[in-house]
Order: sequence, then C-alpha cells, then structure tokens
Amino acid sequence: MKLSRWGLRLLQILVAVFLIALWHFGATVSVGGWYLFPKFFFSTPGDVALRVWTLFADGTVKIVTCQETIDLRRLLVVSDPCFGKTVWQHLLITLTEGLLAFAIGAVSGVALGFWFARNPLLSAIFDPYIKMLNALPRVVLAPIFMLWLGLGIWSKVALGVTLVFFIVFFNVYQGVKEVSPVILANARMLGMNQRQLFVHVYWPSALSWMFSSLHTSVGFAIIGAVVGEYLGSAAGLGYLIQQAEGTFDTTGVFAGMVILAVFVLLIDWLVTSIENRLLVWRPTGAAARI
Amino acid sequence: MNDEPLDRPTPARSAAANAIDFRNVTVAFALPDGSRYQAVAATNLSVGAREFVAIVGPTGCGKSTLLNVAAGLLLPSAGDTLILGAPLAGLNQSAGYLLQQDALMPWKTARDNIAIGLEVGGTPRREALPRAELWLKKVGLAAFGDRYPHQLSGGQKKRVGLAQVLIRDPKILLMDEPFGPLDAQTRQIMGNLLLDLWAADRKAVLFITHDLEEAIALADRVLIMSAGPEASIIGDYSIDLGRPRDAAEIRLLPRFHALHKAIWTQLRDEVLKAYAGAAA
Repeated sequence: MKLSRWGLRLLQILVAVFLIALWHFGATVSVGGWYLFPKFFFSTPGDVALRVWTLFADGTVKIVTCQETIDLRRLLVVSDPCFGKTVWQHLLITLTEGLLAFAIGAVSGVALGFWFARNPLLSAIFDPYIKMLNALPRVVLAPIFMLWLGLGIWSKVALGVTLVFFIVFFNVYQGVKEVSPVILANARMLGMNQRQLFVHVYWPSALSWMFSSLHTSVGFAIIGAVVGEYLGSAAGLGYLIQQAEGTFDTTGVFAGMVILAVFVLLIDWLVTSIENRLLVWRPTGAAARI
Repeated sequence: MNDEPLDRPTPARSAAANAIDFRNVTVAFALPDGSRYQAVAATNLSVGAREFVAIVGPTGCGKSTLLNVAAGLLLPSAGDTLILGAPLAGLNQSAGYLLQQDALMPWKTARDNIAIGLEVGGTPRREALPRAELWLKKVGLAAFGDRYPHQLSGGQKKRVGLAQVLIRDPKILLMDEPFGPLDAQTRQIMGNLLLDLWAADRKAVLFITHDLEEAIALADRVLIMSAGPEASIIGDYSIDLGRPRDAAEIRLLPRFHALHKAIWTQLRDEVLKAYAGAAA
C-alpha cells in the first residue's frame, strides 16, 4: 500500500498519541486498586511534559535531595552540582563532549585507516590488537578514563573517541582497500601520480565510506558522552538523568530521556542534511536513474 | 606458434616507427598451485601510426592481456614491447586506454571526469573546464555536463570515458571491448562516433573485440588470435573498405560479406577450440 506524505505523518502521530494515552491512563486510572503503570515507576506524560517545560522555562536545575548529598559531592567534583547550571548549559556540555569525541575519533580514524590500508605490513602486525580493542566493551574503559582524566569533560570525550574511532577506522580502511580496481587502473592510465590518486580516488572513496557511517558514529559520540556523564560527572544530560534516578525522581529521568531523544533527533537531522549535500553523487534507490 | 610471423610489417609501414611493436612477446602467470600458465606465446604484432587495428579472438584467449602489455600495466615474461620506436618502461604515457568496464569516478560529474584527463597533466582547472565542455559537445553530451555517472546511461558513460581519454590527445588509443556491454544499436552509434573522432587526427588504435562484424566495420586491419593457452596472432587481414564509413551501413556491402566469410572461416576453428578447451 502506498501512503501519501501526509497520510504517513498522520499515522506516525497517531502511534504517538496512542502510546502516550496508554501511558497516561495506565498511570492514572486504577483497575480494582491496581495501576498498569504505577506513577512511582513510570511517572505520567503530563508530569514529564511539565518537568521538561519547567527545566527550560525556569532554567536552573533543582535537585530535590541536594542538601543531603552535597558534602559528598563537593569532595568529588570541582563545580557545585546544585546551583548555577541551566538545562541549556547541561545540553551544551553534552554537545561539546559529543562533538569533541566525534572530531578526534573521526580525524584519528581517517588518518590511521588510510595509513593501515596503504601499509599491508603494518595492518598485518596490528590486526590482532585492533580486533581485540574493538571487541572490548568500551564502557569498562570509563572508570579508567575517569582515573586518568578526572571527572571533567575529557574523560567523556575519551570514551566517545574509543567508540567513534573504530567505526571510522574500519570504514576508511575498507574504503581505501575496496577502491574499484577498474577505476584505479583507469586513473593510473590517465597518468595520475600517487598524490593525485590520493586526492581524486582514494580520498573520495574513503570519505564516502566514512559518511555512510556518519549516523552511527555521531550517535556513538553522544552515547559515549552520556554514558560517561552517567557514570560520574558534574554536568551534562547523563548527569541530569543520573541525579534524578539517584533520588527516585522518575519524572526527572523521563524528562531527561525526552530531552536527550529530541536532542539526538535534531543532530541526526543535521547529519542527514550534511550527508545529502556531500554525497550528492551517490545513487539513491529509485532516484538512481533520471 | 607458427614458424614465421604472419604479420611481418609491409615495407611502407616499416619506414616510419610503428606506434606499437610487439616482438616475441610472451606472457605467463603463476597459478595458485605453483604452476605457470602461459597466456600469450611469442607474439609479434605491429600497429602503424595512423592505423586502426582490431584484434578478434575467442573468449579467454588473452586479448586483454596483450592490451595490458601495450598499456604497460603488465610486464611480459619475455620479448620486447616498442612504443613509437622506443622500448616501453613503466606505464605507457603515450597511450589512452578505454576499458571495457565502467571506469569513471562516480564522485565527479561528467564534466569533471573529462577535465581530470587534462588536470592530471598539470593543466589548470580553469583551462581544463572549457576544453572539457568542448569535448562534451564532441561526444554529444553538451547538456549532461552536470550529471554524475549514476545518472547516465551505459552509452553516455562510454561517451564520457572516450572524451576523458581523448582530451589528453594520446598518440595511441587502446580499447578493450569498449562497447561490449552496450546493446546492438548503441554499439553501432558508438562505433560511428569513434570513427568520426578518429578521422579528425587518425591516432594509432588497437581495438580488442570479440565481435568480428564490429572489427571489420571499424578497422584497417583485423588480427585473429588463437584460442589460449599459448595464444598468438594467427591471422592478419587487411580491410580494404573505403573511408569514411558508416559502421551500420557498411555491413550491407558485398565486400564486407566476403571479408567476413574469409575471416570467420579461420576464427570459427579457434572459437570451437576454445569451447572444446573450456569443456575439457
């Protein structure tokens, strides 16, 4: 069945309406004293929306049981967790961590991917180590990074880098290795030297592979930042969620998740528009032949 | 291999340096099991300046191998390769090579794909682009300069490929079944386009095909290659059809039929041998 654009949008919205309604009534309407979604564990959509609204309208994040934990936290973090930071600042910090992680991971991934692909000996020697590092669940590195780099943004950036690096590295490696031999032979017969081959053949090919993984790697950069914040920090969206969770503030957890989801959606949309601009030469499904 | 080469250069041709000269060129590959596969055995071949030579042979006979030797992409295991009278070392910089497969850079527009032919030689981009525009017109793609390869048909891609090679003005044109993947009508149109472009300055052309009719329609001389392994040139036919030719209409001439019949008689045996070899 083929749907019109607006028909599709309508159905998409209906799904959201249905799920939110289910959540709302499950949390507020009791059936014989039982709730499908008890408020304590699930909050309600209204409360979550209100919390998101106050977070942005009010600016400053308030943590309910701050007074009780503040002394302990003062020992751990440099900045005071309870005062001063608006939700915008938390967002900005997560965004900064994500962007730094992506930039460092992508640049090092491209450079090393190229180097390894053009050096079969090098890649043969390091192959088992690369595979080993890639197989390692990166979350276990988070405590190490915190020991090394402290609880500021750099431990989160480091975690993000380890996630982004391998995605970009393997894609660029593959991209350089799998340059069509026909295109390569043709380029060489056109008289291209090594530098020209790099600029006109290897680089665009590797870049196209890197961009095909752009959504994944940007997503992982944000995951690295949020997980890092969650495990120990003084700022950022992951920190907000962790704080709320620590005080059984379900509404706060859900509000943080909603903000995070919208934030990631916006970034994904941005990546898509960058991709469409840069990969205009690539065939896209049915539009391949005009 | 025959006792004496069949393609001894005629006196008229040997006066000036030939564009391509193969002297006892042998090509062997090492197989994975350690044995040697001799694809081409002691082959002599010459392409004169301004001459259009086509090589026809059964599939897998090593036609493309010969072309790769002429391009300098493959080193023969024995024998000499002379290009414009001088021994070939490294890639053949005097030759333009049109491959059978699609070899355009998919990330460049048709215009940029053509211009790159000049740019690699050091021509500044602002000079290369207008000349690429000119070549787009010559190959009938004036309105398609901004298209990417995936937005072009098979025939249009071949046109871009042809322009990409010819914009560099090579002295020798090597073509490896360039129109092989195209449909019959497009092949004839492309054949005529090639003849038109070639007539302008008559580069030396070595044209590989499995299609005897195409070879006769286009070439001055048709060489027959034997079935591999140890393939070599076993027939050399002069095509005494006038020029300019129409690649489609020339097929109706009685002389075309006579040539076709004479060459096919010899080619058929090789094709059958190739099939028998493949079946064994």
